Amino acid sequence: MPTLTLTNLTKRYPTGDLALNDVSLDIPEGQVLALIGPSGAGKSTLIRCVNRLVEPTSGAIALGDLNVTQMGSRKLRRMRRRMGMIFQEYALVERLPVMENVLSGRLGYVGFWASWFRQFPREDISQAFNLLDRVGLAGMEDKRADALSGGQRQRVGIARALIQNPDLLLVDEPTASLDPKTSRQIMRLIGELCKERGLTAIVNIHDVPLARLFAERVVGLKSGAVVYDGSPEGLTPDVLTQIYGEEDWNATKEDGDKFLTQGEEAGGES
Amino acid sequence: MAAKTQTWYRPHIISNPALRWVLALGIGVYLAAAIGTLDINWSRVAEGWPRAQRFFSGFMPPDFFSRGDAILDGLLESLWMTVAATALGVLISVPVAIGGARNVSPVPVYLFCRSLMAVSRAFHEVLLAIFFVKLFGFGPFAGVATLTMATVGFYAKLLAEDIESISVAQSEAIRATGAGWLQWLDYAIRPQARPRAIGLAMYRLDINFRESAIIGIVGAGGIGATLNTAFDRYEFDTAAAILLIIIGIVMAAEYMSGHIRKAVQ
Amino acid sequence: MPVSRDSHGPVWRQRTRAGDLATWFAWLTGLAVVAICLSFISDKTIWEFVWSAPREAADLGSRMIPPDWTYSTQLWRPLWDTFNIATLGTAIALGVSVPVAFCAARNTTPSTKLVRPIALFVIAASRSINSLIWALLLVVIVGPGVFAGVLAIAFRSIGFCGKLLYEAIEEIEVSPVEAVTATGASSGQILTYGVVPQIMPAFAGISVFRWDINIRESTILGLVGAGGIGLQLNASINNLDWSRVAVILIAILLTVIISEWLSAKIRRALS
Repeated sequence: MPTLTLTNLTKRYPTGDLALNDVSLDIPEGQVLALIGPSGAGKSTLIRCVNRLVEPTSGAIALGDLNVTQMGSRKLRRMRRRMGMIFQEYALVERLPVMENVLSGRLGYVGFWASWFRQFPREDISQAFNLLDRVGLAGMEDKRADALSGGQRQRVGIARALIQNPDLLLVDEPTASLDPKTSRQIMRLIGELCKERGLTAIVNIHDVPLARLFAERVVGLKSGAVVYDGSPEGLTPDVLTQIYGEEDWNATKEDGDKFLTQGEEAGGES
Repeated sequence: MAAKTQTWYRPHIISNPALRWVLALGIGVYLAAAIGTLDINWSRVAEGWPRAQRFFSGFMPPDFFSRGDAILDGLLESLWMTVAATALGVLISVPVAIGGARNVSPVPVYLFCRSLMAVSRAFHEVLLAIFFVKLFGFGPFAGVATLTMATVGFYAKLLAEDIESISVAQSEAIRATGAGWLQWLDYAIRPQARPRAIGLAMYRLDINFRESAIIGIVGAGGIGATLNTAFDRYEFDTAAAILLIIIGIVMAAEYMSGHIRKAVQ
Repeated sequence: MPVSRDSHGPVWRQRTRAGDLATWFAWLTGLAVVAICLSFISDKTIWEFVWSAPREAADLGSRMIPPDWTYSTQLWRPLWDTFNIATLGTAIALGVSVPVAFCAARNTTPSTKLVRPIALFVIAASRSINSLIWALLLVVIVGPGVFAGVLAIAFRSIGFCGKLLYEAIEEIEVSPVEAVTATGASSGQILTYGVVPQIMPAFAGISVFRWDINIRESTILGLVGAGGIGLQLNASINNLDWSRVAVILIAILLTVIISEWLSAKIRRALS
C-alpha cells in the first residue's frame, strides 16, 4: 500500500466546535500508529475523515496519489473497501447473526441482489470461516451478535474489517468497554493481524501503557492539533502532561492516600 | 465548618417565578373561559338518567339471532377490509417511511413523504370515509380505501421515527465497508427496524378492525354498516348485540396482539 | 444449522433448507389471504361506481373550488369548541386515569384479587368503545352540545392514558423504590419519592400524545351532535355546500397540523 498522507486537515462541526486543527501526517506502508489524547481531542473525527464518514472542512487526504477528499460516491465506496474499520463498542448489527455481520464486510464487492438473498461467493464464505477460526470464534457463526460477550463481539468486528482485505485498518477505541485482560488480548490480536498481513493501521486508544506495547509510532492529539509525534519510548511524563494536562503519572498507592487526605483538607477549607 | 441554620426549598420545575405565575394565571383564565363556553344545560343533564334508562331498556335484551346472518356477514366483511387495508397500507408505507426518515433520504424526498404522512394523518377515518364513499359509492371498497390511507399516515410516520432513531454506530459500520445505499438499507436499517415494523403492523391491524366498525356508520361497509342499518330500523336489541360483539372482539384482539408483540420483541 | 460441508469445505446459508421453505410458505400464505380478502371485497363492490370515481372527483373538486373564504370568519367559535373538547376531555381523563393506573399496576395496586381486575376492566371497557359511540350515547343522556363531546373524549381517553400509565408504572426501576423503602418510609412516601418521580416524564408524554389524538377525534364528534367543528361540517355536507366544506377541511387540516407540531415540540422538550 502507498503512503497515507494527511495535509492540513481541518474539521469544524456545524455547532462551531473545531475538532481537527490543521493536522498533517505521513503514514508509510505497514506502520502501526497509535493516536492518543484525551476525550474530545478529535481522535475519532480524524479516523472518520480518512474514510469520509465525516467530511473534512478543509485539507486533503491522499492514498499514494489518489485524492480521497475529491472522490465521488462510487469511487469513495471502492476506496472504503480498501479501508477496514474497527469500532468502539463494536458497532455490530445486533440483530444479525455473526456470519452475516462478518459477510457484511464484503458488501463493497458483491452486487445488491446477491447481498439481498445472502448469496455470497464461495471464496468469501470460506474466508469468513477462516477468519472466524483465526479470531477464535469457530462454531459461533449462527449466534446472534447481541448474544455474544464484549470480547467476542469485538472479534467479530475484527473479522468484519479483515474480510474486506483492506490495505489500511482504522481502529477506533477498540478496547473502550472491555476489561483489562480482554483489552490486552484484543490489542494483541489486532497487532498480530497487522503484522501477518503487513497492514498499515491507525489505532485510537486512550490507554497509554497499552499503546506503548504494540505501536511503532505514537501521535498525541490535543484539542484537534498534533502535540507529539514520535516513538512510544519518548512518552515521558512531561509529554503526557502536555497531551492530557497536569497529573502525577508515576503515582503509587501511598501517593494516592496522600492525595485523598489533601483533597479532604481542601474540601474542609471551603 | 461553621454551623449555620440553613433552609432548603425544593427547586421549582419552572425556575423563573414570573413565568411560573403567568403560566398558572393563563391556565386558570383558560379553564374559566373554556368551562364558561361549555353551556351545560343542567336541567337537560338532570333528565339524563330517565332518558338513559329508556334508551338502554330499548337495547335489552340484546338479540344476537334474528339478524344473525347479517351480523356474521358484516363481521366477515369487516375482517376482509381490515386484512386487505392493513396489507396494502403497510406495502405503501414502507417506501414512504424510508423516504420520510431524515437520516436516510435527501431533503426534497423527506419533505414530500412527510407532507404525504401529515395529510393522511390529519383527517379522522370518519372524514376520509365520508369522502371515499362519495367517490367510490357505498360498500367495502370505500372502506378499504379509507383504512389504507389511514394506515399510511399512522404506520409510515411511526416507522420513519423508528428508522430515525436507529443506532448510528451500526449504520456507520456498514457504510464503512463500502456498501451501496440499498445494501446499507438491507444490512444496517432493516434488521434494526424489523421488530418495530412487525409490532406496528399488528397494532394497526387491531386499530383497523375497530375503525372498520365505525366507518360503516357513514356507509363504508363492514359491521358498522350493519349497526347503522339496525339503528335505522329501530332494531335496538340487534344494535346492542352488535355493540357487544364489537367490544368483545376488540378486547380479544387487544389481548392477542399484546401477546404477539411481546413474542416478537 | 445453516452450515454444512461438501467436498470444497464448509457451506453457509442464511437459513436451512427447511427454514427457506417455511419462509416462502409463510409469504405465500400471507399473499393468498390478502388475495382472498380482496376478491371478497371486489364481489361486494359495485364497480361502475368505482370507475366513475374520477368523474365524481372532478365534479366535487369543481364545486369545492374556489372555497367560500368568507365563511371562514364563522369558524372561530367551532374551532374554539373543538379545542376545548380535546383539552378539557384530556384533562378530565388524566385526573381519573392516575388513580385507575395505580390500582391497575401490579407493583402499586392495593389488592391484586379485587381492585386490580376492576381497574383493568375499566381500562379495557373505556378503550373498546370508540369516542364516536361514546358521543352517540352521551348525546342521548346529557343532550347535544359541547359537554357531551368533552365527556365522550374523557371516557375514551381514560382507558388509553390508564393503560400507558400503568405500563409505565410497572416498568419503573426497582432500586430507587427499594432505597426509599430502606429509609423506613411509609407506603404513601414510597409512592411520592420512589415511584412518582420515575413516571413523571411518561405522564407528561402520554398527556400531550393523547391531547394530540383528541384534537383529531374532536373534529368529528359534531357529526353525531356532540359539538365542535363537525357540526358545521355535517350541516354543510347535508346542504351540499361544498365550497364551505372545503374551507372547513382546510381549517381542520391546519388545526391538526399545528397541534401535532406543538405536541412534537413539547414532547421533545420533555425528553
